[in-house]
Formats: sequence, structure tokens, C-alpha cells
Amino acid sequence: MKVEYKAVSDIAGPLLFVEGVSGVKYGELCSIILPDGEVRTGKVLEVHQDKAMIQVFEGTRGIDIPESTIVFHGKTIELPLSPDILGRVFDGLGKTIDGKPPILPDKRADINGSPINPYAREYPDEFIQTGISTIDGLNPLVRGQKLPFFSGSGLPHNRLAAQVARQARVLGTEEEFSVVFAAMGITFEEAEFFHSDFERTGALERVVMFLNLANDPTIERLSTPRAALTAAEYLAFDLEMHVLVILTDMTNYCEALREISAARKEVPGRRGYPGYLYTDLASVYERAGRIKNRKGSITLMPVLSMPEDDKTHPIPDLTGYITEGQIIFSRSLERKGVSPPIDVLPSLSRLKDKGIGEGKTREDHADLYNQLYAVYSKGKEAAELAVILGEAALTDIDKIYLKFVDAFEEEYVSQGEYENRSIEETLELGWKLLSMLPKRELKRVRDEFIDKYYSRYRKEASGEGGDLKNPIASDRLEKKETKKKER
Amino acid sequence: MKNGRIIRVSGPLIEACEMKGARMFDVVKVGEEHLLGEIIGLDRDKASIQVYEETEGIGVGEPVYLTGEPLSVTLGPGLIESIYDGIQRPLKIIQEEVGDFITRGVSANALDPEKKWEFIPEKKKGDRISGGDILGRVKETVLVEHRVMVPPGVEGVLKEIKKGKYTIKDTIAVIKSKNGKEEKIQMEQRWPVRKPRPIKRRLPPTEPLFTGQRIIDTFFPIARGGTACIPGPFGSGKTVMQHQLAKWTEAEIVVYIGCGERGNEMTDVLNEFPRLKDPKSGEPLMKRIVLLANTSNMPVAAREASIYTGITIAEYFRDMGYSIALMADSTSRWAEALREISGRLEEMPGEEGYPAYLGSNVAQFYERAGKVECIGEPDREGAISVIGAVSPPGGDLSDPVVQNTLRVVKVFWSLKAELAYARHFPAIDWLTSYSLYLDNIRDYFDREIAEDFIKLEQEAMRLLEEEAELQEMVRLVGIDAISSKERRILLVSRMLREDYLHQNAMHEIDTYTSMKKQYLMLKNIINFYHEAEEIDADIKSLENLDILTDIARMKYVEEEKKEKLVELYEAISKAISGVTAKREEEQ
Repeated sequence: MKVEYKAVSDIAGPLLFVEGVSGVKYGELCSIILPDGEVRTGKVLEVHQDKAMIQVFEGTRGIDIPESTIVFHGKTIELPLSPDILGRVFDGLGKTIDGKPPILPDKRADINGSPINPYAREYPDEFIQTGISTIDGLNPLVRGQKLPFFSGSGLPHNRLAAQVARQARVLGTEEEFSVVFAAMGITFEEAEFFHSDFERTGALERVVMFLNLANDPTIERLSTPRAALTAAEYLAFDLEMHVLVILTDMTNYCEALREISAARKEVPGRRGYPGYLYTDLASVYERAGRIKNRKGSITLMPVLSMPEDDKTHPIPDLTGYITEGQIIFSRSLERKGVSPPIDVLPSLSRLKDKGIGEGKTREDHADLYNQLYAVYSKGKEAAELAVILGEAALTDIDKIYLKFVDAFEEEYVSQGEYENRSIEETLELGWKLLSMLPKRELKRVRDEFIDKYYSRYRKEASGEGGDLKNPIASDRLEKKETKKKER
Repeated sequence: MKNGRIIRVSGPLIEACEMKGARMFDVVKVGEEHLLGEIIGLDRDKASIQVYEETEGIGVGEPVYLTGEPLSVTLGPGLIESIYDGIQRPLKIIQEEVGDFITRGVSANALDPEKKWEFIPEKKKGDRISGGDILGRVKETVLVEHRVMVPPGVEGVLKEIKKGKYTIKDTIAVIKSKNGKEEKIQMEQRWPVRKPRPIKRRLPPTEPLFTGQRIIDTFFPIARGGTACIPGPFGSGKTVMQHQLAKWTEAEIVVYIGCGERGNEMTDVLNEFPRLKDPKSGEPLMKRIVLLANTSNMPVAAREASIYTGITIAEYFRDMGYSIALMADSTSRWAEALREISGRLEEMPGEEGYPAYLGSNVAQFYERAGKVECIGEPDREGAISVIGAVSPPGGDLSDPVVQNTLRVVKVFWSLKAELAYARHFPAIDWLTSYSLYLDNIRDYFDREIAEDFIKLEQEAMRLLEEEAELQEMVRLVGIDAISSKERRILLVSRMLREDYLHQNAMHEIDTYTSMKKQYLMLKNIINFYHEAEEIDADIKSLENLDILTDIARMKYVEEEKKEKLVELYEAISKAISGVTAKREEEQ
């Protein structure tokens, strides 16, 4: 039963208050009809006796008190779904904006979804090869994981996200991921970059895009990731696809949330963000995963730019507490010319342990990354020391560590935007770098692996004067040189 | 059942009027869908209700039904191996009923009412009994013998007691109380979660609770019946630590509360624990575990309740005379749930928007831990050790949740991001962590482990502290500028860090180290130091000793072969005496 009300009592920011209503449900959807016939969408945020507080997605500009009409729909925001959503472009509320006809739905789903029963979850343990050494080798991604990029403005997070979308494969299969892409408050250019990249690689027909660009209504940003994840759930759990969801940029989403919270005059938590930011973010991020006895999966890759590159800012902080790890971008590496500038030490993938090892990647993978981390971290300490005291004051072993850091950043972290390294290549590269160090320093690796992998490179290395003369490495260095010359 | 009417809906908070007769913390059913809620505020006939389920679609005017009962848990055989949400709904049954996603208004029995348990009485007809007495036993799992107790408050003469197979709802005994009334006793009982179960008296904790984790057992032990907290930024390994403790702690029963954390982590626990073997009995660990999972995307009010549900279940097993370890991961999420509800109630906020009563709520929770003398016959002691993870924003320890927790807990395992970045796990900072139980349990170490253990531990800690100072110095003047005595300290403390404190949770042998093995390992390292010190050994030669590799691999020596470590002790002495010889030759 639809009832129309002409009873707007006041308007504050994106909020609209209606009086004298009855039967209004919390969370339900409504339309606001402006005097000129324009229709906007709103959602009930609170009902108190005969008053309702409504959040208007498209903003309140132009709404007037006496003439605007409110119609309550008695249901929550629903997304029309059918296999035809692939290849289409939607706005943040799920309306098509690519000029093609609207979706003829097979089903409609509430964009808020329901929490997955933890008992029904399947633990993510299928390794995804992204072809990027710092991810595959050190922070392996698995199907059903949520791994965010913590970046800063001006850093190439979008390029890396696009590279992952392009190269991601489950090892041993050629099956490609479907991609659900949600843009929140990013610029047209950034969105266009993804669009043209998908188009160029022929991926567009397995991509669904939800766009809420910088000039689109802010409040619509709150429904954008939810609509995207509802589409992803449909593709993954109804159509049995493997879906990679990219949400960029979550910082804008959180700011929209803060705006609503401030308009509601709520008690603010840290930095003005509402106290329920954690719960709200969790209701987005936790929709990733796998479910027992269902074939599909949702792998989530949110991108967020850390204000002032500060990891303790509430947005990255709370995200880090929900997601299963994080890939952190570093401005200083970017300045050094390391690309992608992934800061290896604070980056982490929590689900790596079950996704790697014998039968998945290779038996030595876990020991190898532990060792690489330990050595790199020690090398970084040595580098700090060298800054204060000068390199000459370092012990011999510390000097080797110092050399390792440079070689590691140059060969392992750095890699081309279109370079797709297999996991084998990544692992071998790791051993080759470790061979710079004497065996005694490698405490995190089992003896058998030292014998099997390390000794191959160590022999070569000592035979050639202890330096890094390995076919792969020198090859890459040459390439780099030529690139520099070309510039 | 009386009912009221909804006048306001705001997220998980609902206000209802015409609520005469409602009592604080009573459970109500909200709306046509009968969503579970709890009264958290009363004002004349108006009640504020926190709802344990999503409230979308609820409107003004819908009914609220009073149940007249506070939020309670069902206790009895069948708890072990279960996985519940924050208000004790079995997630497995919910999945069978409504599928893979949790929808609203689902209700299910916490314990299987159909299953028959073999009840073996221990009391006989005519016995005088009172609350807490053990009536009989049920073999709940291979590892847990469920002791069926007389509910607290019941007293009288046993008129009838049965033996054989019964469900939890069947009468297994009849008691005739003083006033001549007959009371039927079932195996199932209910207890309100916010009320601690009664005990005879509390006892000081005097025994350590070993965890198989070297840094904890050796340096910062927790006592049986003690409290500990693990604060740390994300990625510092809190959850892995909690899992390790749940796996290897020498408790008879483990209650694990996943409070507002990741869904996949709970799945990991569910997959992992049935597969892992209990080091003592060789049976699956799951046979002694109760799991509570209220993941971050599940309703926030139920998260608030999950902590109390968990500790009430722990108290029930404690009353049987067991030692229980309760892990709560993470209490910050619980505090945030408090904050969210408080905000919706428009209460005056305290620090960081948390309600002013945060501190007292935290203290009340941790005070439910402890070693106690249980009520009833026979005499028995039980203990609950509580280990709470705290997730402070940005790892900042001045966070109100951390500060309020530190005020009440006795053990502080401080996780440090820098250690985690260097993949030094467990990332417990040995310089800032502390345990206030050392004095209580010193005797136990002398008696049960070795007389020189405490001495070794103190020496090792001294070396680690000196290392921190020396490292500062090295940073300023360079390694060559310090004396060889100091360089030996650096060498040995590095050994302590890398070969002793560092412990790999994923490694099949390293994941658990018995106290005996810990003692031998520590003794070897300290022996190395003493031997080298005695002859003023040359640092370069020490650094190149092959025996260093053997020391580094001590942690991978299997428990059954720990005699090897005794042999290593001799080998170390021998190797170092070789060093002097070399030095003299050089001279």
C-alpha cells in the first residue's frame, strides 16, 4: 500500500524529516517527488512516533518544504539481477547508466545482504597467482580473501589493481575472474582508466561496473559498495563464478558516512567518524568469502588512500582490523623509482599459510618468505645504521645485508606493469637473492630446502665472485638500463 | 505474555511504550517476527531495548512481547564441540534451517533436546543434597566428563535418582525440599548471563598455566585462574596468538569467543581444531572446546552479549571442578558495541565516545575469572583463566579499552608492530610486557621444573635488557667501538631472540614446547654465555662456531628426542674450549 505524504518538516544537509506519517518501517526505501516532477530516492534512517528521518541519496538541493511529496515503498533498496549484468555499467544505486535498456531481472536482492553464517564458510585456501612477486611470493592472495591496498594520493594503486584484475589466475587453471568494479568518489579519468583497460584486454564482458564519481551525489556512495557486493554475491553464489571485487576509494565512502553521521548530530568517535564505523565497514568487507558446497567465491580488493599516508588514521586502521591483511604502498619507494612501490615489511596476507606449500605452490614457499622478510628487515636496520655512522662502520655481514636490500628492491619488488611472473620465477628469484648471504644466517629455513634450493645459487654465486650474476637478474638489469636510455 | 508498542526505531535500538511490568535486562521479543531483544533502560512505562538482530523493516506501532526472563544460557551436556552465536544460538542448526546466510527471527535449541546421554548417578536415594552437589556423570566427549550438578539454590533430600539413557529434558532426580515440595531435576539448567554463578570462596592463583609458548611460559607466565591481555595493532598476530593458546594451553576446557572478528578466522578455528591433536591425550582438540562466533558483520548487540554468554558457560564448567581457559578476541569490539548502543541511547560520552561505565564493565568481566572453591559436595577447585585480546586503534596503548583493561589484568603481553614486520613471532615485546604472577608461582617452578630455572630466566632477561641499551650505543658509535664482552652479550641475546623467543606457530614441532624442553634450551644458551665469558672468548671465533647452527635448531628437536639437548650442553662447553685454544695459537 503506497501512501503519499506532503509533510516535510525540515531539511538538514542530506537529511529530510517528515511528520505525521504512520506505518513507516526502519530502513525502507522512499521516493521524493519534487514540484518539477523530478524523483529522488531516500532511505529511512530512524522512525520516532509519527516522524521519520530520511537520507536522500541524490542530495537535498531543490527540495522544498511545502510542495515536495514523499512516497514510502515498504521495502528496502533492491538490485535487479540477471546474468545480463555482466558487461554493464550502473550508478551507485544500481540503475543502468550505459544507455542500454534496463535489466530484466531473474531475481531482486536486498543490497544489504545477510551475514554469512560462519559455520557455512569454506576457508579460503586456493592460491591466486597475480604474477606480482611481492604479492605472490610474500603476501599470497587466496580465493575468498579480502586484501586491501593502503595507498596514498598520487601513488599507483589503481594501476596495480588493474594489473591484478588482468593477471589473476588460480594456479593450474586458465579460468579467469569476473570483476565487479565499484567506484566511489573517484574522478572520471580514474574510472576511465579502468574502463579502457578492461576494454583493451577484452575483459569488459566479464566486468560489472558501479560508478559513483566525484561529481555524483555523495550519499549515493553509501549504497555503491553494497550494490556491487550484491551483484558479486549473485555472480558467485548463484552463477558459480569466481569474482574479484575492486572497491575504490573506500576513504570517500567513509567520508560520506561521516557526513550523514554529522547531519544526524551523533556523538562522534575518532576524527569525527561515527562510533559504528567498524561495524559498518565490516558489513561491507565481510561479504567476501567462500561458502561450503558452492562453487563460486568473492575475493575483495578494497583500495583506500590513507590521509597523510597515516596508517593509524581510523579508516585504514579499522579496515586493517577487518580485512585479512593489507598491501601497503610507500611514497619513499615510489621516489626511489621502485614500481610498484609496495612496502613489504608492514604488508601482510593473513591467509597465506593455508594457500601455499606443497601441492599448492611449492614446499619451500613458507620458509622462503619468512626468511626473506627477516633478512630484508635486518637489512633495513643496517641501512638505518649506515645513515648514521656511514657504511664503513658496518660489520662485514651487515654490509652484505645492506647490499641485499638494494638488490631486493630492485629485482624482487620492482616489476613491469605488464610483467606477469609465474610463482616459480618468483620463488627462484627469492632463493637467488638469499644466496647473497652465508648459510649460517638463514635460520628460518629448513635444512632440506637449503640443500635443495639455496646450494644451487650459492655455488654459482661463490663461483662468480659472490656477486649476483644470474641469467634472470642480469637480463632484467639490462632491460632496465635500456629503458632508462630510451627515456 | 504482556506486550508493549514500538515508538522509535534507530538501528539496533528500539524504544517501546506501555511496558509496565518490564524489568531491567529482561528479554523481550520485538515485532511480528519476534526478534530477540533485551531491555537496557526504563523510563516510566517506556523501555529502551537493544535488539540482537537486524531491525530493518520494523516500524512504529509493532508489538513488543515481554518474556519476564533475563537473558540466559542453557547449560547441560552437549555444550562441548558446539558453535554458537553471541546469544547461544547454534550456528550449525541455523544453517540447516535457513541456509548459508543468517536471516532474521531464527530460533533454535542451544542443546539437542532429542539426544540421549548415559547418566551414571553418584548420589543415592535418601542423600541430603544442596546446590552445586554432583548428582552424577555423563561422558560428554572422550575428553570431557560432564558432572551433572544440583542447580544453585535447590536443597533437600533425594527422593529418587535414575540411571540410564536420558535426554536433557528428562527428569533424572526428584528432590524433596524442607517445606515438603518436590522438585524435579533435569540435566539441563538455565542461568542468566549477567549474573556470576555462586562459589564457596575465591583462592589465590598459585600454579602457572602452561601454554607451550616459550616467551610466555618462561618470561611472562599466566597463573591458573589468572587474567591476561594481549593488546596490539592489526597484523601483530593477536589472533594467531589466541589460537595458539586455545590449542596448547593446559586447560581441561577452552571457551573461545570470536567477538566481532573475521568470519574466515572462525572458519579456520572450525577446520583446524577438530584436526589438531591434544598433546596429552592424542584426541582431537575440538573435544574440549566451546566456540562462540559473533563475527563483525553479525548484529552488534549480540556481540555485546557474547562475552557474558561465554563466561557463563565457562563458570558452569568451573563449577564442575575444571580448569577453563577463556579467550576473547577481541574485547575492543565488545567495547565498541557498548559505545554504539550508548550513542544511540544518547548517553553522555566519556573518553573517545565510550560510555563512562566502560571501566566498570571491563572490571566486572575480568573479575569473573579466578581460582575458586566450588559450592557443593564433593570438595573441588575450579579455575577460569581469561585471556582477552584488545585491538587499540593504531596500536595506541592510551586507548581507553586498553587502559581500563590494564587496570584489572595481571599479565600484559604487549605486541609490537616492528617485531611483526620482522616476522618475529610471537611479536611479544619482552621489554614492556609483564606478569605479576611471578611471585605467586615461583615455588611451583622451583619444585616442578628445576631449581635453577628462575635464575636462568632472570639472567636471560638481564641479557635482553642490556642488549637494548647496547644497541642504542652501537647505533651511535658503531659495532667496533664496543668491548668484546659487550659484543658477547649482543651475540647471546640475539641467540635468545632468534633461537628461543622466536617461535613458529605453523611449524609442526616448534608450535609447542614443553616446559622441560624450554628449560633445556634456555640452559644451553646461558651455558654458552657463561663458558664464553669465563675464558673471555674472542668474538670473531665465537661467531664462526658451527655449534651456533645446532643452537639455532634446538627448537626443531622433537619432544621425544629432547635428550639430544642434554648432549648439546656438553658439546657447547667443548666447542668453546676449542675457541681459547685457537686464540692462544694466534697469539
